[in-house]
Amino acid sequence: MSAYDVMPDMELFQPVTVEDAAALAERLGSRGWVLAGGQDTYGWLKDRAKHPKAMVDLSSIDVLNGIEETDGGGVKIGAMTTLREVSRDQLIRARYGLLAAAAARVASPQIRNQGTLGGNVSQDTRCWYYRRGLSCYRAGGNICYADSPEGMNREHAIFGASRCVAVSPSDTATALVALDATMVIQNTRGVHRVAAGDFFVGPAVNITRMTVLRPGDILTAIELPADWAHAEYYFEKVADRNVWDFALVSIAAAFRTENGTIRDARLVCGAVSCVPRRLTSVERAVIGKPRNDSTGEAVAALASEGARPLNYNHFKAPLMDNLVRRALRA
Amino acid sequence: MSYLHIGKNFTPPDIHGKVTGKARYAEDYSVDGMVYARLYTSPMPHARVVEIDADEALAMEGVFGILTAEDVYPTEAPAPTLLTNEPVYVGDPIFAIAAIDEKTAEDALKKVRVKLEPLPFSVDPVTSLKPDGPSARLEGNIYPREMRSLHWSAEDVERFVTGREPTGPAPSEWSYGDLEAGFDNAALILEESFVTTGYAHMSMEPRSVLSYWQNGRCHVHGSTQSQSFVVPFLARMLGIEQKDLVFVAEYCGGGFGSKISAYPVLAIPGYFSKKLGRPVMLRITREEEYYVGSARVGFQGWIKAGFTREGRVSAVDLYIVQDLGSQQAGGDASSAGGAISILYQPDAMRLRDVPVLTNTTPRGPQRGPGQNQIAAIFEPMMDKAARELGLDPVAIRRLNAPDSSATLNANQGPVTSAYMKEALDRGAELFGWSERIKKSGQRNGSKVTGIGVGQGYHSAGANGFDGLVRITPDGRIHLHSGVGNLGTYSYAATTRAAAEALKCNWENCIVHHGSTEENLPWSSYQAGSNTTFTHTRANYVAAEDAIRKMKLIAAQVLGGTPDQYDIADERVFDIGNAARSLTYGEVAAKAVELGGEFSGETWPEDIHEVTQRAVQGIAGTGLIGVAKDNLPVRGTVPGLTVGFIEIELDLETGKHEIVDFLAVAECGTVLHPLGLAGQLRGGAVWGFGMAGLERHVYDPQNGLPANVGYYQTRPPTYLDIPAHMEWSAVDIADPDNPVGSRGVGEPAMGSATAALMCALSDALGGHLFNRTPVTPDVVVNHVSGQGQSHGPLATNTF
Repeated sequence: MSAYDVMPDMELFQPVTVEDAAALAERLGSRGWVLAGGQDTYGWLKDRAKHPKAMVDLSSIDVLNGIEETDGGGVKIGAMTTLREVSRDQLIRARYGLLAAAAARVASPQIRNQGTLGGNVSQDTRCWYYRRGLSCYRAGGNICYADSPEGMNREHAIFGASRCVAVSPSDTATALVALDATMVIQNTRGVHRVAAGDFFVGPAVNITRMTVLRPGDILTAIELPADWAHAEYYFEKVADRNVWDFALVSIAAAFRTENGTIRDARLVCGAVSCVPRRLTSVERAVIGKPRNDSTGEAVAALASEGARPLNYNHFKAPLMDNLVRRALRA
Repeated sequence: MSYLHIGKNFTPPDIHGKVTGKARYAEDYSVDGMVYARLYTSPMPHARVVEIDADEALAMEGVFGILTAEDVYPTEAPAPTLLTNEPVYVGDPIFAIAAIDEKTAEDALKKVRVKLEPLPFSVDPVTSLKPDGPSARLEGNIYPREMRSLHWSAEDVERFVTGREPTGPAPSEWSYGDLEAGFDNAALILEESFVTTGYAHMSMEPRSVLSYWQNGRCHVHGSTQSQSFVVPFLARMLGIEQKDLVFVAEYCGGGFGSKISAYPVLAIPGYFSKKLGRPVMLRITREEEYYVGSARVGFQGWIKAGFTREGRVSAVDLYIVQDLGSQQAGGDASSAGGAISILYQPDAMRLRDVPVLTNTTPRGPQRGPGQNQIAAIFEPMMDKAARELGLDPVAIRRLNAPDSSATLNANQGPVTSAYMKEALDRGAELFGWSERIKKSGQRNGSKVTGIGVGQGYHSAGANGFDGLVRITPDGRIHLHSGVGNLGTYSYAATTRAAAEALKCNWENCIVHHGSTEENLPWSSYQAGSNTTFTHTRANYVAAEDAIRKMKLIAAQVLGGTPDQYDIADERVFDIGNAARSLTYGEVAAKAVELGGEFSGETWPEDIHEVTQRAVQGIAGTGLIGVAKDNLPVRGTVPGLTVGFIEIELDLETGKHEIVDFLAVAECGTVLHPLGLAGQLRGGAVWGFGMAGLERHVYDPQNGLPANVGYYQTRPPTYLDIPAHMEWSAVDIADPDNPVGSRGVGEPAMGSATAALMCALSDALGGHLFNRTPVTPDVVVNHVSGQGQSHGPLATNTF
C-alpha cells in the first residue's frame, strides 16, 4: 500500500457529440469512466483506488454547455455547465435562486470554476473509509467499516442505511430535488428523463452507485420546470469550514405562499442519507400555516423523526430540526 | 532609542522570488540523470516485515532499484527511522523504489509483494495504559527518555477517564513551592479534566528532496526551517563528515515545527543516490505528508487550580498523559507546566507527566508545543475563576501576570524582562474591553455574542551561536546568515542588527543564506521563537568584531590608536579630525593585504566548526567580522502575547463567526513591524484552527487515519477568519539583547487559541468544553442538551 499520486496510464477519448460519447461509454462499459470537471475523478484515479481503462472526456461537446429557457417558462442547464456559471447566471438567479445559492456554496471558487453541475450531482460519496480504497460493501466487499462498533462516522447517514451508511455529498442535489428538476440521460438507446427525486439511489437499491446512471449513460442536461420558479427559497449548508468543505447537514427549501399561508412546500436535507432527503412530513405539516417562527417550532421535530444516528453523528438530528426552523423563519 | 534599521520595514531579498514564482524550492531543482523515488508505506498500524519480494518490480523497464531499511542509517526505538522493518503506524515508510519517472515508480510499487505480520497496536494512550493494554512498540508503551512499559490498574484508568484526581503512576514529575499550603490558602478550587487534539503540521510544501553525489560530497536540496543547524544532524544521518555535505534550503514552504532539523525523509535520497550512482528526487505526496510530516502531541489531562479570594493563583496541580505518536517525542507536558508557571505565577505547582506512545503518526514540536495546548484549556478556567470570584477576565489575568521579577519552571528561574501587565493594558484599551465585555451573552436571533481574552507564552531566545559579516573592497557589506528561511523573514531581519551596528545603508548590504556554499555561520534552530533574540545578538557581535578590526586598520594606516576612531556613513574616521578617514572598501582592501584575522585567515577559537568552514570559504576576500555570542543572559527570554476576540456563536448551527480580533505582542523592541504583523496574524489563524476546526481522527479498530487531506483535516480557510485583524506591540526593550528584541512567533498562536476558547465558553454562559477543537457538532450537542458523541477523555477521535 502506498499513497499514490500520479495519474496511471489510460486511454483518453474526447468526443465532440453526445452520440459518440454514448457509443464510447456503451462500448467501454464498466472499463470506462465518464469525465466531467474531474474534481471527483482525479482523486479516485490518482489514488489508484478506481481502475478504469479509458476515460470519455465530455468537455469538447458544446451542446452540454450553457443555460437556456425552455417552453413553458422553465430552464435547461447543460450538464457540463460549471458551478460558477450556474451560481452567477442571471436567469437562474432570477427564477431559481435556490439553485444559484446551492451552487455558490459548493467547495471553493477554484473548484466551482472547474466543477460542473452534472458532475456535482453524479459525484461519489466521501465516506473516508471508502475513499481510502478499502474493500467495503460499496466497493464490492462485504463489510461496512463506518457502521461498526467503533466506526468513525461523524459525517455519515442517520437515515436510509442499508449495509452502507455513506451520504450524498452534493450541495446542488437538494436544490434540484426541491425544484422538481428532471435529469436528461442519453445512451445508445436514446434519451430518457428521470425526476431528480428518482435520480439518486440509496444502498438498498444499488450499493455501488449513487445515482441511476449506469455504464453507457451520459447525463446531458438538467431541466427545471416552471412550477417552482420564483418561489420563496431557503438554502443553508452547515459545514465545519466556510470554504472547501462538505455539508454536515444542508437544507434546500421552496415555498409557495398565498395570503400569508404556505400553499405548497418542498424541504430537502442533504448529508443525512445516501440520497437527498425530502422532509415530506414537514412539507405536509406546514401547508396552510404561516411561514414563521411558531410554525418552525411546531414542525421542526418532524424533520429528524425516525433518525438512527451512529456513534458520532447524533448531532445531525437536532441540526436538521434547527435548519427546518431557520427555513421557516427566513 | 532611535535606530537606522531596527523597527523599520524593509524588503527581504526572497520576496521577489516568492511573488514572481521564481523562488526555487527543493522540487524545482533538476540535474542530469535524475531519477524519481516513491515510497511504499505501511498499510498496518504495527507490523513486522516478513518478506519484500521486489523481483517483478525490479525487472520492469525504467526501474533502477530498491532501498530498504538494511541500506540506511540504523536507529534505536523509538527514534525516527528512515525506512523500517517494524512499521509502527499506517504510513510508516518501509522501502523506496526508484525509476525513470514517478509513474513508473508507482507502477513498480504495485508489483512488489510485501508480507507483513500484524502486531498489537493502540491509537489511544489510555487504552495502552490499561492493565492488559496493547503497547505501540515491542519495547514498551511509554517514553520518559527511555522505552519501557507502564500499565495502570483498572481503578486508575477509571478514575482518570471519569475526571477524578489521577492516581495512575506518572514516570515524570516536577514541582516547586508548597502545593498543600497553596490549596489551603485558596478561596476557590477548580478541577477540570481535558483533551487536546494532536493534529498534523500540514506544511504546504511537502518535504521533497533531491540528492546527488559529486566529488565525494553529498548534495541535498531540501525543505527545512533551519539552515546551518541542520548540517551536523543530516551529515550524521547520512554517515558522512560535515564538510562533505552541501545543503541547499533557500526556501521552505512551511514547517511549523516539523522541519526544524534533519528529518528522516531528508536523508533517503542521499542513500538511494549513492546506491544507484544517480541523482534521486523524492517528492512526498500530500497524503504522505500527513504520515511523515508529523503532528502535535495530544494531551489527556487533569488540572486542579487554587485561587485566593482576590484572584491570585495560589496553586496548580497539573497531570498530563501525552500522546507521543509512534516515535520519539515529548517535552510538551513540561512546557505546558512552564507556561502556567510564568503566565500566572502560582505560589506552588506540580506537574506529573505520562508520555505514552501510540500507533499514530509521529509527533513533534508544533508552534507552542505544550504552551498552546494548555492555553486552550487553562485560560477558560481563568474565566471560570473570574466568574466565581466576581472579577473581570482581564483584571484576573493582570493580577497574576508576569513582570520583570517573574520566575518560572521547576527551578523558578528569572526572566530577562517581562511586561505582560502593559500588554494587557494596551490590548484592553485598544479593544475597548470595558465596553466590549458588556456585549457578552447578547442575543441576536439564534446568535449570541462571546467575548474572550487569551494569553500566550513561549521561551523566545537562545545564545552562544555565531555571527559572520564581511566587507569587500568594493564597499559592499555581506551579511552571512545561517538562519533558515522558514517564512518569517528572520533570516534577513536579524542581519539588520549587524547593519545597525555598522551604521551602513541597507542598499549596500547583501544577505547570504540558503546554502552551505554561501559560507554561513553556525546558527540556532529556527524554532522555539528564538531566532530574533538569538541572531540579532550573533549578528551584533560579528559586526562589533568587524568594527574593532576596522579601527585597528585605520590606526595602522592613518596613525594613532584604534580608540581614536569611530564609524559613520560607511567610513572609519578620526574622532578628532573627521577628514582623516577610510571608506569601508578601503579598509576591506587593506584587510585583504594584511591577512591574518583581518581577512579570515585566522579565527576565534570558540567559533563552531560550521563557522570555521564558512570563514575558510571567504578568507582573503575582504574584512571578516566573526564572533561567537558570549553576551550575558540573565534568565529565560519570554515571548508573550495577548489576544482579544469578539465572536457570534449560532446556537442552532454550532458555527461561530469571529467579529473582531486584536493581538498584542510583548516581544521587546519591535525588530521588523511587517514580519511581526505576519507572525501575529498568521499565528491567530492557526490558533483559530486549533480551537475550532482542526482534527486528528483514527479508527481504533484498524489503526487507520481519517485525516490524510486538507479537506479532511480542515485548517481554516480565508472565509473562516476575520478579514481584518489588528495588532499592536508593547515595544519596551529587553535589556539582554543589544537591540532590545525578543521573539514571539509561538505565543501569537496560543493567545488566539485561548481567546477563541474563552469566547466560545463566554457565549455559552461559561460552559467549559475542556477540549479542542470545539466544532459545530460539539456545540449543537451541548445546546440541544444531548450528550457528546466522544467518550470521556477520548483522543484521536471526532
